[in-house]
Formats: sequence, structure tokens, C-alpha cells
Amino acid sequence: MSAFMSSAPRWQVVGHIDQIPLRGARVVQTPLGNIALFRAAVDRVYALEDRCPHRGGPLSEGLVHNGRVTCPLHQYVIELDTGEAVYPDEGCVTTYPVRLEEGRIEIDLTGSRQTEPSPSGCAV
Amino acid sequence: MNETLVIIGNGPAAMRCLESLLEREPDRYRILVFSAEPHPAYNRILLSSVLAAEKAPEHIVTHDWDWFERNRIEFFPGTRIDFINREHGEIRCQDGRVFAYDRLVIATGSSPIMLDLPGSDLDGIYGFRDLDDVDALAREAESGEHAIVIGGGLLGLEAAAGLRLRGIDVTVVHLCDWLMEQQLDPRAGEMLQRVMEDRGIRFMLSARTCAYLEGVQPGRVGGIRLADGRELHADLVVVAVGIRPAAGLARAAGLECNRGILTNDAMQTSDPDIFAVGECVEHRGRSYGLVAPLFEMARTCAANLAVIGEVPELPAAYEGSLVSARLKVSGVDLFSAGIVQDGPEHEVITLVDENLGIYKKLLVKDGKLVGVLLYGDAFDASWYFQLLADETPIGPMRDKLIFGAAFVNGEGETHGAALSLPDEAEVCGCNGVCKGAIMGAIAAKGLQSLEEVRAHTKASASCGGCTPQVEELLALALGPAAPKQPSEKPVCACTEMGHDQVREEIAANEFASVEQAMAVLGWKNPEGCARCRPAINYYLLCRQPGRYRDDPASRFVNERVHANIQKDGTFSVIPRMFGGITSAKELRALADVVDKFAIPTVKVTGGQRIDLLGVRKEDLPLVWKDLNDAGMVSGHAYGKAVRTVKTCVGSEWCRFGVGDSTALGVRLERELWGSWTPHKVKLAVSGCPRNCAEATIKDIGVVAVESGWEIHVGGNGGTKVRATELLTKVKTADEVMDIVFAFLQLYREEARYGERTAGWLMRVGLEFAKERVVTDRVSRELLCERFRESQAVSRSDPWSSETGLPAQAPESFVPLETPEPLIV
Repeated sequence: MSAFMSSAPRWQVVGHIDQIPLRGARVVQTPLGNIALFRAAVDRVYALEDRCPHRGGPLSEGLVHNGRVTCPLHQYVIELDTGEAVYPDEGCVTTYPVRLEEGRIEIDLTGSRQTEPSPSGCAV
Repeated sequence: MNETLVIIGNGPAAMRCLESLLEREPDRYRILVFSAEPHPAYNRILLSSVLAAEKAPEHIVTHDWDWFERNRIEFFPGTRIDFINREHGEIRCQDGRVFAYDRLVIATGSSPIMLDLPGSDLDGIYGFRDLDDVDALAREAESGEHAIVIGGGLLGLEAAAGLRLRGIDVTVVHLCDWLMEQQLDPRAGEMLQRVMEDRGIRFMLSARTCAYLEGVQPGRVGGIRLADGRELHADLVVVAVGIRPAAGLARAAGLECNRGILTNDAMQTSDPDIFAVGECVEHRGRSYGLVAPLFEMARTCAANLAVIGEVPELPAAYEGSLVSARLKVSGVDLFSAGIVQDGPEHEVITLVDENLGIYKKLLVKDGKLVGVLLYGDAFDASWYFQLLADETPIGPMRDKLIFGAAFVNGEGETHGAALSLPDEAEVCGCNGVCKGAIMGAIAAKGLQSLEEVRAHTKASASCGGCTPQVEELLALALGPAAPKQPSEKPVCACTEMGHDQVREEIAANEFASVEQAMAVLGWKNPEGCARCRPAINYYLLCRQPGRYRDDPASRFVNERVHANIQKDGTFSVIPRMFGGITSAKELRALADVVDKFAIPTVKVTGGQRIDLLGVRKEDLPLVWKDLNDAGMVSGHAYGKAVRTVKTCVGSEWCRFGVGDSTALGVRLERELWGSWTPHKVKLAVSGCPRNCAEATIKDIGVVAVESGWEIHVGGNGGTKVRATELLTKVKTADEVMDIVFAFLQLYREEARYGERTAGWLMRVGLEFAKERVVTDRVSRELLCERFRESQAVSRSDPWSSETGLPAQAPESFVPLETPEPLIV
């Protein structure tokens, strides 16, 4: 949980939705490391740390389906919305708030979220 | 208000019943679980491993406190129930608390039979049944020097082996003439005894214990006396002479009991609101002490609990189990099932190798297998067990039966090695999963199918080479409860349809997109998953060449960016070298890109070309451009596509060469490249039968002979080596081209996505391919025609700028450029 959760979000423009293919992804480099922007639907973009919790694979290269991405290295499936690995895979990825303003993609790097560690899941 | 379900017991049967119920009806009941033991639920079967100090107690926990909490189950550990009041629908705890139930499940298990002998109230006498016993034995083993185990059955031997590993002297005192008389015949019993003696365990057979003796320390056991008057010294005594269903609670409640609690096939006791599962049960006159039957009972019980009161008749029925036994002492491979002691009505088949310590005995009656005993080599245990359970007539294989599945099937398969592996042995080399992890996951998570094992452990989820071993482990863990696989499995969890059915639908409907196909075919997830998307995309592409537009979002990253992703997220690039022939110009271009882009590794591949490893994604388009400018095209070394045509130098240079294999290899690769296939396709052409190009382990292998060319198909040199089968022999290179075109097209149209030519041919048979490709000329011409039609639009380099797939826009290979630098 970020220490900045309580402060107001700081939206920063990272690009335009047309730059991401439908059911594809692009990477944006940030001071917090590479973040993958997934376009799961025509008007739906998610931002996740570009690193699979399993062996660190680049999620941005994965197949996108039904709001999930399958990691290209060992087929871990990650929920784009929460960053959580889909059962029975375990683990989770940091997510960042994203919004679309007239096609511009804006991201709030202060709002990083990691789903509460579950007993067998995130607390690695 | 929910109905209340009370479960007495938290052993494997109770927990499996709970899990199965939660899967079906997670919300129907408020659930209370009572356990006399103070521990979370653990796997009792592994107690011997804990005693042997091979596992820590926490490693055999199957359901921890959190599990109960997560599933909103009220768990009362260390709480013994001392009365069931059926009239009021209540249970009473030993501490006086009373809880009401609407339904009750009794899973009280069994108690060790403790011998009622003089001195049985002395300290230092233990059963071997629960964690507390193991805990106490481990502590005793620290100070004691000599232990006596009474009972030479399964449990007693496991206790003896465990104590011995703890470093104390152990003597096993056994009533019968040989060990494990329930499961073994005298010969196997003797062999087992010798192995255990080699480990330092002593045995006294045909020995009846008649009293415990007090030792130097008052009130504490110091030895035993046998019926023949001999006295044996011991610092502790373990009694493992058998178990008895723990039916006392049920009996006191007035439920019908015999030796165990009587149930019907629905697992109901004589009170329809009270069910019983596990070792406490007596079903059709039998009680079970092995895990597979208990799980079957548990599942039956759960299925009925889920619907009881809502349906006129309980749907699930348990019909009893055929059981098998396996000794869990590491290093001893022993399996038995069915009838063990042969009688005059049996035909007996035995195989003995004293030196290797192998003894196998099969009992046959009326042409069917009725008993199996395997000692020293239990590789084929699950196979024999299946023959036994299915009552398969063994007539046709009778003469080979004793030699095992591999021999009977005549395939020379390496079979069953997984069963005898130690827990820490790696089964899945791709994902680094050891046998213990697989067995642990099957037991802890109640896995039922290969798919589930793959999902939970990743074992066999990558190359699939270990699938037979994993399947074997699954069969071993589940015993006869193992579900049979349907003939064609669904493509994935998104659909019930198998590959063949999906392809038929695609042929009939000619869908325009992957999504449309999924919508029409009733996919459960509208966008499918990483398994079905590429499959459907391929079927559409294969069926409608030139008309269907390839979908990058259904392509695995490698096929999308035409390079091979590596573990660090960089890529490898392999340009084609047709037939393994290259030139100074190509090599110079390669050297230049290596320098220009600081590519760290340059490797010669097994397919006679050069691999550039460690290319950054953003450099890919630039690397391709330079290679493309030098006339090189993608090698498709990453894809389910035609890969390489390996060649030897052939008649042009070689003094043995009888055919120009290089020229034919180059020609083949120039005609075939760019073609997408169900799985990768590798070819080779050898210039003489010495076969230096190793053509006979390729998908298609061509070998020159004096009179022409042999065409071999269905080989595989990877995970599982398979030699090719001879498809046909032709005279000219032109004929080779036709046959290869037709064969490849047949494979493209008929094989399931992800199936290599080897697996496909094993499934459909070589004759099928021969008929369509060789014998039937019209069929061959049609196949060739369709292949050429497809190649007309496929043989374009994905790297060249003219191809212009959207994913290859160079900007998509670099990170987004933000208008302002991002700050935190």
C-alpha cells in the first residue's frame, strides 16, 4: 500500500489510446520502472508493473483476453484490474490508476496498489 | 437462516468431503468442524515420513487455520464430541458445550488396536496413528536405545523404518510367518524382510506377544514377553497390529453399527440426516484404511449433502472400491492389489530376479487378472491395477503380461519410471517440479485431472514430455478413483469442444474473426484464453488462406514480433539459411549487425543456421532491416511453422553421396518456408543412407538411395525421440516435392493445433497418410493444389516492410514517448 494513498492523485499524460493495439500493450518507462499499458477493450486501459510475479517475465508481451494477460514466459495469468494472479497461479503485480481523457492516457504514479497479501499469495 | 452442517473429524476424508461440498454449494450451510486433535488438518498418510524425519510436521498440513477462516468454517480443534443427541439434533462436546445440527457427518476415522495384555497401562507404549504419537515417538527415540514394534504389517514396517532412521535399534515382532501377510506372499515377504534387515531392523516372526514387562524405572515399559517364554528388552514399544473403525460415538447414538458405522451407498447412516465417511465406515460389509476409497466416499457424501432435501432421491452412490497397497518406505518398491495368496483355482505367472531383487506375481482366473504383487519393480503398478479394475480379458497379451505395459504394447516406451522416484526427483524438467510437489499438490488440493495438476504445479505444462509420468503419478495418487480421460479433450476451459470439432465448425462456417468464431460456438469467455486464441487463429488461417486476416492479438509474442523471447525479455533472431547454405555476404551482414547492435551471443543452431541472442526489442526492426537488405528473411525459428531443412553435402562433394541433398534441401526450404503449421515442422535431406543429416528423426526426412529418394515422416528428435516411418519411395526430386507438399498440407489440415507430426501420425496411423498422399493420386493433387494456393500468400517475409502487419509498425517496438518526463 503506497504511503501516498491519502494525497490527491497526480495525473500525468503518457500517450494516446491509438498508440496501443486492441488486446495489445505498450510499455512506458517511469522512475518506478517499466509499466505495461494494456488495452483490454476499445476504451479500457490498465497499467501494471511490467513484471510477472512468477519469474519476472515481461507481461506487456503477453496475450490479452477477457481483462487478463497471459505471461509469455510460463503462461501465468494475471488479472489486469487487480494485478492478482488468477487461481491457481499465485502472486500479484502492482497496478496504477489510469484514466482516459479524450483519448489521452493518464496515469497516477502516486496511487500504486498491491492487493492485500493473501496467506499463500503475495507475501513472498 | 442457513442450515447447519456439523462435521466430526478433520482427517483426509472429512476435509475432502468439505472441499467437494464447497465447490458445489459454498453457501448452503453454516459449517462447523470438530476435531479431537489440536492440530490443523494434516495428511495422515505422510506420518511415516514425519517419523523418518523426511518431512517436518508443518509440511504435511493440508488445510491450515487460514483455510478454515477463508471458507468461513467454524473450526473447533482439540474439541472431542462425547454425545450425539439425535432426538434434538444436537451434539455435545466434552467440555459441555452443545451445538445444533441439521445435517451431521461423522468422520471419526479409526483407532489403533492396542493389545489388551498384562502391563498395557505402563508408560512408553504407543500407537502409530496421529501426530501426537509421532511426536512422542520422535522424543522417545532421542533417549531410548531399543524399540520394539509389534506388528509387521504396512503400518508397523513404516514405523520401524522411521524409528531406525532416527538412529535407534528396532525389532519387529510379528504374529505371522512372513511380513505384510495381507498384501504379500511368503516369498515377497522374505525379500522385504532381507531388505529391511540390511537397514539394521531385526525381525521375530511367528511370535505372539503375551505381556508387557516393567523396566528398571517403575511404571514404565522395559520389554515384552513372548508366548514361548522369551523376553525381549525395549525402551519403548509401538503397537501397530491394526486399526478399528472408531464407531463408538455413532453406536452410543443408536446408529446401526457393525464393526464400523453402517452406511448405504449414499453414505447415509441409519439416520438419514447423519452421514459417515472414511475409516469409521462399514460399507457393504467392508471397511477401508486406504486413501482412495475414502476420497470416493467423501465425494459421494458431498454430492448428496449439496442437494439433500431438494431432490426426491440422493443422486450419488458409492459402490465400494478395489484397493491396492503400496509400502511407503523409501527405497522399497512394493505394490499389491487384489488377491495375493494363490489357490488351486488360480493360474500363477511369476518373474523372479534374485540379484536385482525383483519379484512379480500375477494371479489369473477365468482369463482375467485377479491379483498383482510387484516387488522391487512396481513401474507398471497402475497399468496392472487398471487391468484388474476393468476386468480386462488378458488372453491376447497373456504371454507377455508379466513383462509389463511396454512389452505388451510393443512400443519400447520407457514406462512408469516416475513411480519409483524419490520425492525430491525432478519430474518436470521444464518447470523444475519434483515428484513430491506433484504428489503434495494432488493430495492437498484434491486434484483430479492432468489439467488440474498442470494448473497448480506447472508440471507437464510446458513441453509435455513428462505427461506420462505425471499421469502415472496422478493414477498412483488417486488409485481407481482416477477419472478416465475422454477420447478428445476440450481445447481449453473456455469450451467443451475438442480441436476436431472446432475445426469442423470453422470449415463449415468460415468465420471472419477469432471473436466471431468464439461467439457462434458458444465460448464461455468471449475473448478466449492464451490456449484457444492461437488455435482458432491457426484454423481460420489454414482454412481461408488469403481471405482470413491474421490476428496479432491471437499470436504468441514470438509469432507477433518474429523473434524468440528469452528469459530476460530480450529476443533471439535467426535468419533463414536455406538448406544450411550461406555465403560471405550473409555472414558479413550478420557480423555487421552483431557489431552495430552489440548483440552479446552468436550461436550456431542445430538446424544449420545462426542465432543472434540477446537482441533488445527496440532494436528488432533495425536488425531485421539490415538483414533484409542483405537478402535474408526470417527463419521462423520461433513459430509453429516450417523451420529448417537440414542437409548434408550430398553428391556434389561427398564421395559417398548418391543424391544432391543440398540442392533438394534448398529447393524444399524455398518452396515451404513461410507456411504456418499446427506445430513446428523440421525437415532434413540426406545424400545417402549414411544419413548424416539425421533425416530419420525429422517431421519429414528425405534420404537419397541409388534408385531415387526415400521419404520418411513422423520423426521427432526432441522431448521424446521417435524415428520416422517410411511413407514412400520416389525416383525424382520433382516427385519428392509433390509428396512433401501433399503430406505437409494433410498435416496442416488434419492435425490438432499443438500436435507434432509424430503425435498426429501415432493417432491417425501411417496408413491414413499413405492413402491420402501416396495411393490416391487425385487426393494428392488436390492437397498439393491447396498447399500452393496457401503458399502463394504465405511466402512473404514478415520482416520486410511490404508485409506491414500492424504489430510491426517500428514504433510499437519502443516504449511510449511521454510528452513530459514522468515524475514520482
